[in-house]
Amino acid sequence: MNGLNEIGFFRKIGLKLILIVSLTVVIIIGINSYFKIKSQSQVLLAEVERHAYQLSETVKNSTRYGMLLNQREYVDEIVKTIGKDPEIDNIRIYNKEGEIIYSTNPKDIGKMLDKKAESCYACHTENKPLEKLSSKERTRIFKPQPNSPRVMGIINPIYNENSCWQADCHAHSKNATVLGVLDVTISLAEVDKQITKNEIQELLFAIVSVISIGIIIGIFVKKWVDYPVKELVKATNQIAAGNLNYEIKDLGNDELGYLAKSFNNMTKKLNEVQQQLLQSDKMALLGKLAAGVAHEINNPLTGVLTYSSYLLKRTKDNPELQEDLNVIVRETLRSREIVKSLLDFARQSTPKKSLIDINEVINKADAVVHNQLNINKIKLIKEFDEKLPRITADANQIQQVILNLLLNAIDAIGPNGGTITIKTSQTTLSPKGIVHVKAALCPKNHNLIDNDHKIGGLPSIKIKMKTNGNEGFLFLDPVYGRSKHYFGIPIEKNETIKLSCPICDLSLIDKFEKCPECGGPVYKIEIPSQGYLEGCASFNDEWQRWHYIDEKGNKKFVEIQVSDTGCGIPQEHINKIFEPFFTTKGQKGTGLGLSVVWGIIDNHNGTITVQSEVGKGTTFSIKLPEE
Amino acid sequence: MKNKFDIMIIDDEKVVIDSVVKIGVLNNYKVDSAENAIDALKKIKDNDYKLIICDIMLPEMSGFQFLDELQNLRVITPVIMTTGYSTIENAVQSLYKGAIDFIPKPFTFDEMTGTIKRGIKYSELIDKKGKVSDSGIVYVSCPSRYFRFGYSCWMKEDFNGTVLLGATNLFLKTIDNIKEIELLDLSEKINQAGPLAKFIDNEGFVHQLFSALSGRIIERNEKLLSNISILEKDPYFEGWIYRIIPTEFEYEMKFLIPCSSDR
Repeated sequence: MNGLNEIGFFRKIGLKLILIVSLTVVIIIGINSYFKIKSQSQVLLAEVERHAYQLSETVKNSTRYGMLLNQREYVDEIVKTIGKDPEIDNIRIYNKEGEIIYSTNPKDIGKMLDKKAESCYACHTENKPLEKLSSKERTRIFKPQPNSPRVMGIINPIYNENSCWQADCHAHSKNATVLGVLDVTISLAEVDKQITKNEIQELLFAIVSVISIGIIIGIFVKKWVDYPVKELVKATNQIAAGNLNYEIKDLGNDELGYLAKSFNNMTKKLNEVQQQLLQSDKMALLGKLAAGVAHEINNPLTGVLTYSSYLLKRTKDNPELQEDLNVIVRETLRSREIVKSLLDFARQSTPKKSLIDINEVINKADAVVHNQLNINKIKLIKEFDEKLPRITADANQIQQVILNLLLNAIDAIGPNGGTITIKTSQTTLSPKGIVHVKAALCPKNHNLIDNDHKIGGLPSIKIKMKTNGNEGFLFLDPVYGRSKHYFGIPIEKNETIKLSCPICDLSLIDKFEKCPECGGPVYKIEIPSQGYLEGCASFNDEWQRWHYIDEKGNKKFVEIQVSDTGCGIPQEHINKIFEPFFTTKGQKGTGLGLSVVWGIIDNHNGTITVQSEVGKGTTFSIKLPEE
Repeated sequence: MKNKFDIMIIDDEKVVIDSVVKIGVLNNYKVDSAENAIDALKKIKDNDYKLIICDIMLPEMSGFQFLDELQNLRVITPVIMTTGYSTIENAVQSLYKGAIDFIPKPFTFDEMTGTIKRGIKYSELIDKKGKVSDSGIVYVSCPSRYFRFGYSCWMKEDFNGTVLLGATNLFLKTIDNIKEIELLDLSEKINQAGPLAKFIDNEGFVHQLFSALSGRIIERNEKLLSNISILEKDPYFEGWIYRIIPTEFEYEMKFLIPCSSDR
C-alpha cells in the first residue's frame, strides 16, 4: 500500500477545501458586485439624466425668445451650437404633428415622426395623448441603431403660453396645450464605458480573490494537513512493516500534532510489549535449550568424570599421570559448573561464593585459552594489582566470565593478531552511580520494580505520574544518583507532578520534605530493609538521598578491565549485547556468552559496563563489591 | 531362586550404566542394570535389590512414574534419583515422591560412592515394611510438629517466623563416622533441595545434606563445628544446624512430610 498517492486529485482535502471556499467567495463577490454595479449605474444614469434635463431646460429657455419672435434662424443656431457638445447626441424640436422643425442634424429637419417613434412613445402609448409627464417618464434609454452605443433621450414638452398665441406670427392657436416637444438625446457611451470598466474591475477582483484564497488555503492546508497526514501515513506504513522504532517528528501543537504524539506513544507501548514478548520468548527458549543441553552433555560428562576420577584413584603411584588426569578431572568439573550455570542462568540462581583471588582466577582462565591466543598471534598483557584483596565470589563463575570475555576478544581481534589487556585494580567509589535498587515498595508494599522497562540493562522503578491532566508512567533509574529516568509523558519545568503507586495509586510524595536544591516536593520509596530512597519530585535537579547507603560511605570494588584491539562493537549493538541470543557471529555464536556474563556479575551484585569504538577495540569493565 | 544384587542402575545411557557398574564393582557391590524402567520393574519382581539408582528422564516410563509404580507394587527398596537435568524442581519432586536421595549428573567417582554407601546403609536400616527397624541400632525418629524433607533434613518452626533446620538421626546413621562438618556462611541464601551442609566421613567421602526450605541463614549452630558429637547425641534439639528466615514457606511446605506420620 502506498497510501496518499492512491487518493485521487479531486478527493484531496486541500482541493475540496479550496473549491468550496472559492465557490463561496465567488458567490459573495458576485452578489456584492451585482448590487454595487447596479447602484453605480443608477447613480451615473441619474447624473446624466439630471444633466440632460438641465440641458433641455437650457435649450428650451434660450430658444424661448427666438420662438416668440419667430426667428427660426436664431433658434436653429442655438440648437446647433449647443448640439456641438460631443456628449450630446442630438437636440430636436418637434411640432405637434411630429415634424422635426429644429435639429442638430440638418438632414432630419422636415422629417415626420411616427407616433410610435422613441421620442413620442412616452406620451402616445395610450390612444389619448398625455399632456403631462413625470420626469421619470420623460427619459428613455435606447439604441438608435442595433450596433450603436446607448443613448438617453429626454423629452421636454413645450406648453402653450399666452405669449405664444399672442405673438405676432400667430403660429399657434389659443386652444393647443402642447405646442411641440424638445427632445434631447445624450450619448451614454462614456457612462457605459465606465460601467463596463467597473464590471471588469469587479471580475478581476473576484478572480484575484479566488486565486489568492486558493493559494493561501493551499499553502496552509499543505503545511497543516497534507504534511502531517503524509507523515502519519508514512509512520503507519512503517509500523505495519514492523519498524516499531519509527518516531514521527514533532508536528506542532494542533490536533494532528497531538495525534502524532499519541501515535508515538502508542508505538512506544507496542514496542515495549513486543520487546517483552520477545524477551520472554527468548527466556523460554533459553530454558528449553538449557534443559536440552544439560541433559545431553551431562551424560557423556558422567562417563568422563567417573572414569577419569577412577583412573586418578588407580594411578596413585604414578605422579606424572596423576597430574594429567587432574587436569581432566578439574576441567570436567568446570564443564559441569558451566552447564549448571547455564541452567542456573535460565533460573537466575545464586552463585556459590567463597573468598577468591581474582588474579588467580584470571591466570586459570588464561591457561585455558593460552593455545588459542598463540594461534591467533594475540599478546595477552596482564596488569595485575598485586595487593588486590580477596573477594567473596564464585570462582568458577568469575572464571567463566573472564573466559567468555577473552573468547569474545579473540573473536573480535581475528586471525591477524592484536593485544588483549587484563587489568585488575581496586577502586573506591561513591555509592552514587553504583548502587542499584533491586527492590522497591510503595507504602502498601506493592512491588515497584519493573522488569520490562530496563534502564541501562537494569529493571527500573515504575511509578504512576500525573501532570497537567496527563497521566503516564515514570521509570526511575534504578542506579542511585544516576538519574537517567524515563518519562512516559512530557513534563515541563516547575510543573506539579503527582507520583503514585501504579497498583494502588497511593501517593509517593513525602509532604514533610522539601528538595534541598530547588525547594520542590520530594518522593520517597521504601527499599526493603535498606531504608528509603528519596529524590526531587519536580525533576528540576538530580537530587537523590538514600540514608542507608550514604551512611555506609564509599564502597570498595575490585575492578577487572578486559580490553582488546579488535573490531569494536557498533553503537546500535551496544544496548543489546547482554541480551540472550543476541549474536553477530551467525552460526558460530549462540548469543548466550555475554548474557551469562551479565547474569553472573548481577548475581554477585557487581556491575559490568562496556566501551567500544568500531575499528579500535572494546573494553569491558567489571566492578565486584569487596564485601 | 531369586538372585541377590546390591544395586540396580536404570539409565538409558550406556556410559552412565558403565560408570555406576565400575564404581559398584570397585566397592565390592554386585550391580545389575536396565536401560528402561519397564525392564527394571520386571527384574525387580524376579530379583532382590538393596538399592535402586534411577534416571529421571527415561524413554516410555519416566523416573517419577517408576517411583509411583514401585509404591503401587509395595516395593520398599530405597531409590536414589539421578538426572542430567538437575533442577531444583526435579530434586524436590524426587524426594517428595519417596526417593531417599538425589544425585545430579555428572558425578565424580567419590560423590557416587558416598551416595551408594549411604543408600546401602539406609537399606540395611529399614525393615521389610519400609519402616526403620530398631533391631540392633539405637534410632530416634524426629519429634511431632517437626517436618522432614525426604528422610534427611528436618525443619521446625521456631519463634518470630524463623525456622530451625537440622539433619535427621536416620541420615546421620547412614554416614559412617562423621569426622567433619562444613557449613554455609551466615546470611547465605539457600534453596529447597539445594546444598545445606557437607558431612565428611573418616574415609574422606563427602555427604551432602539438602535443605528442606529456601531462605536466608541468620544463625548457625557454631557449637557443632567444635563438637560434632552433639549432632549425633541430640540431632533434634541441641544438634540444630541453622536458623533461617524462610522465603517460600507456604509453597515449599507442600513437599515436606510431617514427622508425626512416621509413628
